[in-house]
Amino acid sequence: MSVTTLSSSALAHRQPNWLVRLFDYKPFLIVMCLAPALGLLAVFLTYPLGLGVWLAFTDTTIGRRGIFIGLENFQYLLTDPLWWNAVFYSVFYTGIATFGKFALGFWLALLLNNHFPFKSLLRAIVLLPWIVPTVLSALAFWWIYDPQFSIISYLLVDVLHWKSSNIDFLGSPWPARFSLIAANIWRGIPFVAISLLAGLQTISPSLYEAAMLDGASAWQRFRYITFPMMMPILAIVMTFSIIFTFTDFQLVYAITRGGPVNSTHLLATLAFQRGIAGGELGEGAAIAVSMIPFLVFATLFSYFGLARRKWQQGEAND
Amino acid sequence: MTDTVAQQPTADAKAAPDTMAWDSGLRRLMMIYLPLGCFVLILLFPFYWMAITSFKPNAELMNYKDHNPFWISSPTLAHIKHLLFNTAYPHWLKTTMLVAIGSTTLSLIASTLAAYAIERLRFRGSPYVGLGIYLAYLVPPSILFIPLATVVVQFGLFDSPIALILVYPTFLVPFCTWLLIGYFKSIPYELEECALVDGATRLQILRRITLPLAVPGLISAGIFSFTLSWNEFIYALAFIQSGANKTVPVAILTELVTGDVYQWGALMAGSLLGSLPVAIFYSLFVDYYVSSLTGAVKE
Repeated sequence: MSVTTLSSSALAHRQPNWLVRLFDYKPFLIVMCLAPALGLLAVFLTYPLGLGVWLAFTDTTIGRRGIFIGLENFQYLLTDPLWWNAVFYSVFYTGIATFGKFALGFWLALLLNNHFPFKSLLRAIVLLPWIVPTVLSALAFWWIYDPQFSIISYLLVDVLHWKSSNIDFLGSPWPARFSLIAANIWRGIPFVAISLLAGLQTISPSLYEAAMLDGASAWQRFRYITFPMMMPILAIVMTFSIIFTFTDFQLVYAITRGGPVNSTHLLATLAFQRGIAGGELGEGAAIAVSMIPFLVFATLFSYFGLARRKWQQGEAND
Repeated sequence: MTDTVAQQPTADAKAAPDTMAWDSGLRRLMMIYLPLGCFVLILLFPFYWMAITSFKPNAELMNYKDHNPFWISSPTLAHIKHLLFNTAYPHWLKTTMLVAIGSTTLSLIASTLAAYAIERLRFRGSPYVGLGIYLAYLVPPSILFIPLATVVVQFGLFDSPIALILVYPTFLVPFCTWLLIGYFKSIPYELEECALVDGATRLQILRRITLPLAVPGLISAGIFSFTLSWNEFIYALAFIQSGANKTVPVAILTELVTGDVYQWGALMAGSLLGSLPVAIFYSLFVDYYVSSLTGAVKE
């Protein structure tokens, strides 16, 4: 339809001046097209990334340029129990939350892949936890976890009479850790479910027909068709999920700010506390940089562990 | 069982995976509707709780003995009134909107051009440029915010929403570019070749053929960018100091949470109002959204 708009004489009588001809010179055009994106990324991503690594080797504080101190920041971190605690909780948080998100998200995707009325409406509703700003839904969780007026405590104590006293969700370390993980899983399920649903829909129904003719049970169909066919997408979605769960900041900052007694600090919240709130930019940067090895490892593990996949080739996705 | 499948070979191929379940309504109820119901209940409950808290008078909010906590006996607009007239909330909303629209526009322009260059202008190394931009998405803000704060100070943009408009594209551009590369790929190249033969310049082709055909892709990239920038927290927390320039998520957490007695009504009203623009925007384009998300993964 757009071809018709072009075929008119509108183009023919336009005199190509030098500017138009310059833009028709392909190398120039390529540079002009890539300049905004690459420029933004270079100034606000690549440069800060390098600067961050440099800061990690200095003793910079807010308002004072630091000097190069080598590995001192990292040596200090290795002796800092709070850093070790944050490493432990970051790994724990990522592990449990990723497992929960994928188990429940996969289940939800399989459910949504069935046929029932109002399917698209339901899919839209299910995405809501992922759409709404994390901090705002985290505030709702904070209120749900309130020590006195928690609705969960009300249900367990006053309605079901299952417990005798209110649960103190955020007052002591382990309940607080699991409360945050629960909120993270809640927020992550929709994205996993919708992404995996997309994967499920690419599996040809004829595979299932053939399997059913051969007498395969529902479990066998899942085990030998659905699961292997989903591997490439699982790898991608899990890589993303691990990276963003490990570097999560908002949920923890909004609900516990690292408390009680620093038990729920992730590396990101610890970096913020030391770097921005505490003013020790160098040390904060070192904590942030210390996330990189974990990220690289997690990425390689989930990516190569689950499947090799050509980036965006669109061909032979097996 | 196998007979029924064989008798209706490809009449409704999509329904084939379900064929096992068709035979028993009860089984279907237990295996699909019940778990699905639980999922929806749990996924939506925090929003229900947020909404109901926003309209509850304080007396009911703190008294579960005389009032059923799941319902409001005497709804009130007091919390919303307090939020709109006694706090800077309208101002925060305005700032957030400004930042979201600004960074979305900037990202859309940059990523459309980049995606067009990578996918259509084909040059040596274009796949690597594409891969490089894509990898930028994997660099999390939690690693960047400390050095970025010093960069923002160097540019004299500290405490200014412009800093956020310029910084947000670092995570918006990679995603939009990735999405748009896939979208451009779906537009037949022959259309552009014809125009080239007809003597159209490259820019005319971009403006009159590729862009109009890519509108659905642009819309979904726009929705992604808008929701992501509305959602962003850590940069806004680190770069903005003065109360008036804060975005909604940061302002609610740092300005509304004061002292030991939390104003849950106002907090929840603030969260509800802050979620609404994104939810409305998203529901308007939900079909694009879901299909592009599925499309991006499918690709």
